[in-house]
Amino acid sequence: MSVLVYIENWDGKLKKVSFELASYASKLASEMKTSVAALSLGAVEESELVKLSAYGISTLLVNKDERFNNLDNQAIAKAVARAAEKTNASVVVLAHNNLGKAVSPRLAVKLKAGMVSAVHGLPLSIDPFVVTKMMFTGKAFGHVAIQSEKKVITLSSNSFGMIENQVTAAIEDFDPGVSETDFITKVEQTNKITGKVLLNDADIVVSGGRGMKAAENWAPIEELASLLGAGTACSRPVSDEGWRPHSEHVGQTGKIVAPNLYFAFGISGAIQHLGGVSSSKVIVAVNKDPDAPIFEAADYGIVGDVFKVLPQFIEAVKEIKS
Amino acid sequence: MKILILIGNVPDTTTKVRFNADKTAFDPTGIQWIINPWDELALTRAMDLKETTGGVVSEIVVANVGRQETEGTLRKALAIGADKAIRIDADAKDAFYVASQLAQVAKGYDLIFAGIEASDYNGSAVGGMLAEMLEINSVSAVSGIQIENGNVKINREIDGGSQTIALPLPLLAIVQKGIAKEPRIPAMRGIMMARTKPLEVVQPIAVEPKTNITVFTLPAPKAACKKIAEDQAKDLIYLLRDEAKVL
Repeated sequence: MSVLVYIENWDGKLKKVSFELASYASKLASEMKTSVAALSLGAVEESELVKLSAYGISTLLVNKDERFNNLDNQAIAKAVARAAEKTNASVVVLAHNNLGKAVSPRLAVKLKAGMVSAVHGLPLSIDPFVVTKMMFTGKAFGHVAIQSEKKVITLSSNSFGMIENQVTAAIEDFDPGVSETDFITKVEQTNKITGKVLLNDADIVVSGGRGMKAAENWAPIEELASLLGAGTACSRPVSDEGWRPHSEHVGQTGKIVAPNLYFAFGISGAIQHLGGVSSSKVIVAVNKDPDAPIFEAADYGIVGDVFKVLPQFIEAVKEIKS
Repeated sequence: MKILILIGNVPDTTTKVRFNADKTAFDPTGIQWIINPWDELALTRAMDLKETTGGVVSEIVVANVGRQETEGTLRKALAIGADKAIRIDADAKDAFYVASQLAQVAKGYDLIFAGIEASDYNGSAVGGMLAEMLEINSVSAVSGIQIENGNVKINREIDGGSQTIALPLPLLAIVQKGIAKEPRIPAMRGIMMARTKPLEVVQPIAVEPKTNITVFTLPAPKAACKKIAEDQAKDLIYLLRDEAKVL
């Protein structure tokens, strides 16, 4: 019995979510009175891997085969399953992001494990194993029991946080047991988002809605986001209009985000949008309509013109950052 | 080429979620049921492919796991343009159970579409589980798909950008926003035709779910919103730093 956590990297670095996953898995292992191991696949800098020891990871299985960087679901699921067998893992933890969502169901079938995705925080109990899971796109939660001996869970980003716990890490070469035929995905082109904070990683999200009126009015949102080190997002009508890319759409049919701070500029707060942002710790709303439903979800609000408020916010952020 | 689309029957996205008195079951009173939004986009894209590839796509089949009351959703899929529907007559107990049922009817397709998640239980699991059970390839977070000379070209979102990739068929594509712009709305002719299209009912196989929901909870109600005057907007940023301590 042990806990295995699948650690993700991108561009040679560990993803931010990996540190939350490591913190979570090591805490879970201590609650289960067992050990934790982390698995890293693909080319990644050695100096990055050792950072995991600050988050409670004492055993690190590593395979630096560059083919894993092509993010092939089949190959990664196979390698994680092998690591789970090797470490005799009873719980495997992955991120609830694009890669985690792709790999975890395949992995669960391989391991004959019950799976719960979008888990919030630590289990409510270990035996029986019951976790809290987001449902109805943030409108509700459910307590879900997993009956099978092995379990696969994906952790909702920012639902646990990073907890430092320095240990000594042993790095072990891991044989993933894959062959050329397991790498099926042929990558023809990769468009990397550079110089921007990724929505899933963002502690702060600055979001705009129809009240921003046109695509060319986004400059103050981007400036505020850049000053705060925040990600940018939008409501559904904005992405449907093509003012912003689909990848920025948060809400029921877009992304679910749970940052520490969410700014909603010119977003009325349709129930579908609120579902996607309701787990944010603090919500700030600016809208000219005093009856906009966004104010029911918001902690702080300004009834007013987004184009008058944004410059003041930018000025104030510059003041506190200087 | 035969395409199968997995269809979820979910409450309308505007639904205010309620549960029964002991919070152990979703309260379906007054709920309007719809095709899971991502599944509807997948069906829309499949129809586009059928119409624009000159006979490459021969048949579009939709399938779900649900009781008779979910047939309205399948009929809507037929009205949008699917050729045939399959309903496995069982309650959708959990992702493993649903995928196991679908695996009975999902063999022999070149392309299977699943939505990235269902908007009710947000499992994000049925598609990937089914691919593993069928031992076929899968790709997730698909935001675009084209058919070229019998091969598929996929656009997918990754954590950190997007990619264009190629994979051989058969393939299970787990799709999200962007796969189609707007879902198709059934035309009157489609609605009429849907009545006579085949809807096959299949009995479930015996399989045990691996998870169960013990209780539902609703998010804690929020305290009243603290309002700041428009011309005092700078104060709000200072409150975020000094009071909320998030800056």
